[in-house]
Amino acid sequence: MSVDQKILKALESESIEILRETAAAFRKPVMMYSIGKDSSVLLHLAKKAFYPAPIPFPLLHIDTTWKFREMISFRDQVVAEAGAKLFVHTNKEGVASGANPFTTGISEYTRIMKTVALRQALDEHAFDAAIGGSRRDEEKSRAKERIFSVRDAGHKWDPRNQRPELWRTYNTRLAPGQTMRVFPLSDWTEIDIWRYILQENIEVNPLYFAKERPMVKRGDQLIMVDDERYPLLDGEKPEMIKVRFRTLGCYPLTAAVESTATNITEIVEEVFAVKLSERATRLIDGAKEDSMEKKKTEGYF
Amino acid sequence: MERSIIRLLTCGSVDDGKSTLIGRLLVETDSIPHDTIDSTRNIRRSGSTIAAGEIDFSLLTDGLEAEREQGITIDVAYRSMSLLDGKRLIISDAPGHEQYTRNMAVAASRADIALVLVDATKGVRTQTLRHLTICSLMGISRVIVAINKLDAMEYSQSVFEEIRSHVQTALTRMHLDDVLFIPLSALAGDNVVQGSTHMNWYRGQTLLESIQEWRPAELADASPRMRIQLISRADNFRGVSGTVHRGSFTVGDEIKIFPSNQAAKIAKIITYKEEIQTAHDSDAVTLLLEPEVDATRGDLIAAASEELHPSDRFNAEIVWLHEDPLIHSRSYLLIAGTSQTPATVTRIRHKIDVNTGSQNPASNLGVNEIGSVEIATDAPLTLLPYLQSREFGNFILVDRLTFRTVGAGMIRHSLRRGENVVLQKYEVNKSARAVQKNQRAQVIWLTGLSGSGKSTIANGVEKRLHALGMHAYVLDGDNLRMGLNSDLGFTPEDRAENVRRISEVAKVLVDAGLIVLVAVISPFETDRQRAKSLFDEGEFLEVFVDTPVEVCVDRDPKGLYKKANKGEIPNFTGIGQGYETPKNPDLHLKGDADLDENVTKVLGVII
Repeated sequence: MSVDQKILKALESESIEILRETAAAFRKPVMMYSIGKDSSVLLHLAKKAFYPAPIPFPLLHIDTTWKFREMISFRDQVVAEAGAKLFVHTNKEGVASGANPFTTGISEYTRIMKTVALRQALDEHAFDAAIGGSRRDEEKSRAKERIFSVRDAGHKWDPRNQRPELWRTYNTRLAPGQTMRVFPLSDWTEIDIWRYILQENIEVNPLYFAKERPMVKRGDQLIMVDDERYPLLDGEKPEMIKVRFRTLGCYPLTAAVESTATNITEIVEEVFAVKLSERATRLIDGAKEDSMEKKKTEGYF
Repeated sequence: MERSIIRLLTCGSVDDGKSTLIGRLLVETDSIPHDTIDSTRNIRRSGSTIAAGEIDFSLLTDGLEAEREQGITIDVAYRSMSLLDGKRLIISDAPGHEQYTRNMAVAASRADIALVLVDATKGVRTQTLRHLTICSLMGISRVIVAINKLDAMEYSQSVFEEIRSHVQTALTRMHLDDVLFIPLSALAGDNVVQGSTHMNWYRGQTLLESIQEWRPAELADASPRMRIQLISRADNFRGVSGTVHRGSFTVGDEIKIFPSNQAAKIAKIITYKEEIQTAHDSDAVTLLLEPEVDATRGDLIAAASEELHPSDRFNAEIVWLHEDPLIHSRSYLLIAGTSQTPATVTRIRHKIDVNTGSQNPASNLGVNEIGSVEIATDAPLTLLPYLQSREFGNFILVDRLTFRTVGAGMIRHSLRRGENVVLQKYEVNKSARAVQKNQRAQVIWLTGLSGSGKSTIANGVEKRLHALGMHAYVLDGDNLRMGLNSDLGFTPEDRAENVRRISEVAKVLVDAGLIVLVAVISPFETDRQRAKSLFDEGEFLEVFVDTPVEVCVDRDPKGLYKKANKGEIPNFTGIGQGYETPKNPDLHLKGDADLDENVTKVLGVII
């Protein structure tokens, strides 16, 4: 095995150990499925962890109603193939109140349609553990996140008072009102994710591959006009540009990068060559320095 | 043996230039996205002297908002980078101050290598010795002492040598065999990734080289082990899942399961959609055993040739992680790998001064303190000395009410007592004895303030039971303090031990088939829960004698409240010490109600 393969093997084994620990220790765990590449890897690892038994927990997707159309069709196809149970939750009060990514304000929109929606879904089903695909290399406040990370009543994270986590000896016990967030991909990096997708031949969303798409420019960000709800400027016409996406979120808030990478191998090469952090294409993160930590203390993943 | 992922602990404070050092390591190995590097050009800490537009290396590793305000790292942050030979380095960056000893223990627990920073302009300080002591305790394989800021000391060899000999003297009392010293400047970039042109007197490795060429020590004994995480069930399939540690398992191997000591053979090794012949160190697999033995989560699988000795008594070192101190005799939940069992620290042998390594007598352990203790578990555990196996020699202690992680432990050795005392089974048992007496053996635990009426109610209940021809016995807290517990005082530790002894006596009497009435203040919930945990379901009834404190003061049958109010009795419940109200008592009595009424209520739950 090459060094890269050995690294992937070690990361895979540790993630499987964490997934098994979650299944064994919690009353009603759930796995977040956000349709992106990290979720694809997480789902693949869950199949591996429990084989030949089926995945012992359901999946949960928080749908803001502003996801790329290709994400939703891909989601339903992949989940059906995996034979897993999927819950889809949307904050209906949020939709009724007219929250949208354009006039509500990005931070408030994210809070209502993602953070609050997630809290509603977790409470409604009384899930006591939610597995997420966050990685420590994504963002500074995530670099301090535990693998098993306790949330207090109201799903609040207190970064100053985290439960000590030593060795691989996990304290999975919860006091009344607490829930757990579990991060099996903590030690993975973006390049590991792509190399693993390549090695394991994992199917990922077509939006990750370069293709001519109808785009508009907002500042120095390229935004795809995925449906008629996108407000165009006077006389503006979307331009067909060959782009791909590094992360997938709500389409009006997720910028594309110009690219010619049409398969995983080319993506791996591109990720190596482009020295930009992937969250640079997420509009919400730039709102204010430290904004991720703020969102996380409120219950965001 | 090689490791594709190396874990590095960095200890030292911001003042030592630690964040700058890590930042430079990341930037010079091209491990940081360029937009992240650029974001440090226009943010400045208060008091920073770095020119606007230049990279502030230190900002690359300090994450949380609160920390940026205070200018210090308050929790462990993890960072991944690629070494130049393709291996992965995961850096756990630990805060340096004494109040964060626990965070350093967290970061050290998985580290292979520790980078201990010394500020050459300040020399060896107390915190350097503390960091080395913790590295030694947590079993770090290699320590790199980086003597930083030599640019501010004219790159002087004598400054470097003086610090080195100072550290070496301290090392003689530690278990650290592999310690390297590197002179460097994080700010100027000498001997971090690039060699130095300023220190021709140094011919050793750069920091990066000393990390890259590290290899884990060869194991003297590499027999495989696996802790069972879960039982995997599918159609006509029942396997055990877990991660292999050290050595390897091959199809056909004879194995043993601990602590039950059952033997079996590995029939199949299953990974995703395939069967493999051999599972190696660190592989997560599912084993199919033959015959299908009764194994559960928490059990340990080892080669049949291995002689492992499950025990329920251990000597261990403990790092205390929580503001509420470790209380000897209090029951905690002990988690080791995938097993959980109640455990009690039966003795604190001594406290270790993290700054000097000296041993001092102690009756408890406060937050960030380290002690050597004896610990007793309710069930036998298969643990190994930490020096022999980090993986099978560690445990954590968890509070049984809040479930917070309060302590981290490292097994020194198991105490033979645990192995050599075997439960002797007798043929006449508890229920046989109780049936003969025409009753159900049980314990009625009366808890409440001093003067609440516990003894009076117990006395009334015993009289009524006696009249009915039933066999009861009262264990009175005050009376037992004149004999069995005459060596105990009223500190929380002594109260925990008082309750432990009384509950053990009650257990013997219940085993003898009696109805036991316990009248003891027992002010702490954890102690009462621990007492309850000794008994079978339904055998222990908690009765809360709820009497307003004014009524107790007014009654004051023994004149104790008077004395306590004058300050003559420290730790008096309700005055110097709190009383934790039972959360879910089986019976809640109003202590100022009619005595006969209360006695009748108690009889109602017994008969």
